[in-house]
Formats: sequence, structure tokens, C-alpha cells
Amino acid sequence: MSIFEAIRLALTTIRVQKLKSFFTALGVCIGVMFLIAVVSIVDGMGRYMEDDLVGKLIAINSFELRHRPNIQIGDVDRETRLEYSRRQRILESDVQPVADALPEGTLWAMYSEANLNVESSFSRPRRAQITAVDGDFFEIKRIGVTNGRLFTAGELSLGANAVVVGPDLVERLFPTVDPVGREVRIAGKVYNVIGVGESLGKAFGISFDNYIYAPFRSPVHRALNREANAIDAMMIQTPSAEELVDVQETVRAVMRSRHGLRPAQRDDFSLQTADSALEFWNTIKGYLVLAGIALPAFGLVVGAIVIMNIMLVAVAERTHEIGIRKALGAKRRDILAQFLIEASTLSTFGAALGIAAGAALALLIRNTTPMPTYVAPWSIMVGVLVGAGVGIVSGVYPASRASLLDPVTALRQE
Amino acid sequence: MSNETEEAPLSTTAERQVIVEEAGKAPDKDWVIVTRGIKREYDMGGEIVRALRGVDLAVRRNEYVAIMGPSGSGKSTLMNLIGCLDTPTAGEYWLNGQLASRMKDDDLARVRNKEIGFVFQTFNLLPRATALHNVELPLVYAGVASAERKERAFEALKSVALGDRVHHRPNELSGGQRQRVAIARALVNRPSILLADEPTGNLDSSTSEEIMKVFESLAESGQTVIMVTHEPDIAAHARRVVVLRDGVIASDERKERFAAKMGF
Repeated sequence: MSIFEAIRLALTTIRVQKLKSFFTALGVCIGVMFLIAVVSIVDGMGRYMEDDLVGKLIAINSFELRHRPNIQIGDVDRETRLEYSRRQRILESDVQPVADALPEGTLWAMYSEANLNVESSFSRPRRAQITAVDGDFFEIKRIGVTNGRLFTAGELSLGANAVVVGPDLVERLFPTVDPVGREVRIAGKVYNVIGVGESLGKAFGISFDNYIYAPFRSPVHRALNREANAIDAMMIQTPSAEELVDVQETVRAVMRSRHGLRPAQRDDFSLQTADSALEFWNTIKGYLVLAGIALPAFGLVVGAIVIMNIMLVAVAERTHEIGIRKALGAKRRDILAQFLIEASTLSTFGAALGIAAGAALALLIRNTTPMPTYVAPWSIMVGVLVGAGVGIVSGVYPASRASLLDPVTALRQE
Repeated sequence: MSNETEEAPLSTTAERQVIVEEAGKAPDKDWVIVTRGIKREYDMGGEIVRALRGVDLAVRRNEYVAIMGPSGSGKSTLMNLIGCLDTPTAGEYWLNGQLASRMKDDDLARVRNKEIGFVFQTFNLLPRATALHNVELPLVYAGVASAERKERAFEALKSVALGDRVHHRPNELSGGQRQRVAIARALVNRPSILLADEPTGNLDSSTSEEIMKVFESLAESGQTVIMVTHEPDIAAHARRVVVLRDGVIASDERKERFAAKMGF
């Protein structure tokens, strides 16, 4: 009997025994559904973390020189926290020596930031993230303006009282009028709005567009930093990913010599990359994926047992049929194939339903909760393979029992 | 007197020669069945049951043989052995020149498919399949392609006058029609022997006659037919009657002699 023949036979049996087939498929369907849903949640979270959250905070091929990391996803132990708190800050005077050591084509910027109130004549004071910037900040972050302009080199070096405002903040501060050319007040000082910046998007429902950028040397930086000559971070971007590590080593060497560290001493500053910020996430992601696979796996094991049980019953109640088929010339492998293909067709069918249901569930979660989900193509492949695998594994024993039946005994059974 | 010699038990003549004198050798192709001292013993929880105690039987191509005997005589066991559903514990069984008594599972399945056409007392049709599909089954296992299969199954059903019932399921057919479907199924792969086990056991007498007529015409057209029955009037349709008793052949006679003995 050909495989095609066996599949056709399986489909006929499935069509005839609808209820039995439904329950068989259901077991696998539910397992695969949760597999797809859980994996899509974990995957979606991962993409969110990498692309949206960290990706937006840390620009591509860049790293930040900070006295301690500001993005820390996960726990930091007490000792590390204590060590962080003893560190000296990065100073404005560190920037130029570091910048001088950078290879050609490398961009750098420095900035300090804090959340402060911003006032305008058109609204009540609003809380905003104020960042004082210098260097190639806008090139590195790839922020442009939708209205007005960015700072000129002169404005940056002179520390002009000019600001670029984020789109969300613009709506709040200037709900009805064109903001460019208007004034805002930050910490009692007046600044001219010269441009409206592009949207930076949002992550976990929090907008990144509630920003104000001002030249570093403008009076605003005194409101941002209690230590007058300290900066929050120096941002360095290499032209490509290959140079990133080398440039990091260059910066590390400059900073270590400036801080007078001996070879045995550890760095008392941090070089924060997107990878280092994601390090913890990657660890927990591993566990989540494992859990996301292990939990549905239990469901699939239960599904497999259900299928095996149903197939054993099917073999028992079809003993006479098997006898007839054997009398008419069915070989062992024909009977084996018949039951195996029946089991795996059912479970593959169940898996297909489960994939559809899981994807639908993922979509539902994405649309009704802030949890981002993403159905990875590999999880669909895994779903199909797992479905077929469960069918084959759980079908082997019943099918081999059927194929080993003695035709005379089988025929006698009614 | 010369008449008497002609009607003597057949196993004294050519059969005896092929069974005894050519023991261990493959019989020539005139002989479709040759059994040499086949025994079948069952172990029923430590107790050995001897269902067949050494049966010598030779059947020529085109013969129409009835195997009779009371229940427990071993006729079902013999039928299972002849039909290659089972193998003997001792002795040789040659089916159409092949030593079936030494065959393994898959070869037995192949032989059942190619050489034997079964007709059972309880029809043994697949209840959920149409008449056509039931008849197709032996061809499915013979690896015949779908289109040819359908055509041959349809022809077989036409030959038993069921050309207008091909898409009916067994429960939509009468007993006689079911048995004719079974006969069509038995014949569709052109077997060496048609092996019928109490083919009229579940049928009323007029339907039985109808089925016996089908067997009759098959035998006349040259099909080898072996029929197991416990009813003498059904056995009387055959041209040769073998009677089993206690696992051995008690008599092996031509129909005329058997009929005379039974008073037909």
C-alpha cells in the first residue's frame, strides 16, 4: 500500500469518526496553541526590549561612557551598588582628551539630563525630560526636526538659550499655536524654541517624545547637575560594529590613565553598550523561552497520552477490521502505516489548528494588553513538527499492537 | 463392479501419488493444493489440543471441493491453513507450487492477497465502506493504481449482478447481495482458489440456492473452489466431498457417491 493510499485511508477514518478525531486533535491543538502563544509573548518581549526600549535609548554601534550604568534590567547586588555610589563622575574635562583619542570617523557627544518643569504662556507647567547636549548628539541619535531647525555650531559652542522640543511636549505646551519662535521657561530662565524634534516612539506605553534638548553650555546644565563640571554621559559612535570594541578599549585606556588606575584595579567607570544593557534580559529570556516550551510540553505529553489511549481503543474496536484487511493481504507494515498515519494526520491537523489558535491568541494579547507579542516563524515550524512528532510517538505502540494481531484471532473478534 | 472402482476414494489414485511418492518435492502445476501430513496443535494453557493430526490432501486446478465435518473436526483449522491465515506445526503445505507452510508473515500476506479469495459466513465486509471500496481492498494491498482498481472492482461487481449497487454500503444491501459483494471481492484479484467458509450459513434457503448457483457457475468457468460447510445439502453442490473427523480425513469421495450415501 502506498503512503498516499494510507493517508487517504486515514482521512476517511477521520471523516467517519468525527467526534473521536476531534478529541484526539484537541489534545495536540491546546498544547501547540499555548506553545505558540507563550513563545510569541516571550519573543515579542524580546523584540520590544531590543528594538524599542534599549534600541531607542542606545543608538546603533554606539556606547556610553558613564560613571555607572543607567539601564540596568534586572537586579544589582548590594556590593555593586555600593561600589557604584563611590565612583567619581565623568567630568566635562574628560571629554576632550577622550575625543582626541578617537579614530577618524567616530562621532561623539556629551549630555546631562533630568526631569524638570517647563512652562509656557499657553499651558500650565509640564514635566519634561531636559537634556543638555554637545557634540554630534543629533547625528548619533538620528534625530531631525519636523518644524524649525536644529542648533547651529555657534549656538552649541556659545551655549545659546535655544531648545528643540519633542512632539508630545509641543502639544501640551503649545496646544494651539506654532511653537517655533515662542518661549519656554526652565528653572526660571527663558529659552527660544527653534525646532520641533521627530518622534522617538514609545515603549511599554511610555512616550519618549516628552523631551527638550538644549545646548550643553546654556544655563540649563546648571539645573541638571549639582556638580557643576560633571556630565551624565559621553556617547561615542563608531562607523561600523567592527570598530566598536577597539574604540571602547581606546576610551577605557584614556579613562584609566586619567583616573590613575593601576593594572590590577578594576574600572571605576562604565562603558555601556546595547548588549551590556541587554545582558540580563538575555539571561531571563533564556529561562522564559525554556518555561515557555516546558509548560506547553506538559500539555503535549498529556495530548500524546490521550492520542495513545484513543488509538488503543481504536485498535481494539477495529480488531475485526484489521482481521479482514490481513485476510485480504494487508502486510504488517500496511496496518502499521494505517494507524501511524491516522495518528499523525490527526495530530498534525490538531497542531495546525493550535497554530492558528495560538497566533489568534497572540494577536488578541497584543491588541488588548500592553504586552507585545510576535509569532516567530520558527515557532510555527516547531509547532508543526511537534504535532506530527506527538502523533507518531503516541501512535507507534497502538499501531504496532494492531500490526502484530493474528489474523485468525482478529477475524474471530466481533 | 468397474463402476464401483471409479467411485473409490480419490486418495488411492493420483492424489496418493503426489502426496506420498513425491514427498518433499514441489508438485507440478496441475496441483493447486497439496498438503502432506499437516498437523496443527494449540497450546491451551499447558494442554495440547491437536486440531489436525496429519491431513493429506491434494486438489487439482479447477476442482470444486467441499470440506465437511462436525464441529471440532478441524475443518476450520484446515481452512485457516489452506487460506494461509495460519501455518501448520508440522507437515508440508504447497499452494500453487509455493511452500506456504514455511512462510513468514509478509509472504503469507502476499499469498493471501494473490492466491486466495475468501468468502466468509459473516461476509466480513468493511461496514463503513461502499461495495466498490470493499471490492477494491485486495487490489489496494496488491498495489494496483486507483483508476485500474476501480475499473476491476466494478467489473467484478457486475459479474455478480451488482453493477447497480456499487455505491451502497453493506447495511443497505440484503444478505445475498452482501455475500455477492464478498464473492466479487474474493475474485477481483484473480486468485488461484476461492475459499469459502460456510458461505450460506447466514442466509435463508432461497438465497443460499442463489449463492450456490454463483459458485456453480464459477466452478464451471474453471475457478478452483474450496468450500467448508457442515451442511450436507450444500456440500452436495461440490464435485468432491472431503469429510474430516477428529482432525483427520475420514472420507474423500466424488459427489455422486457422497450424494448416494446421504440419500440425495
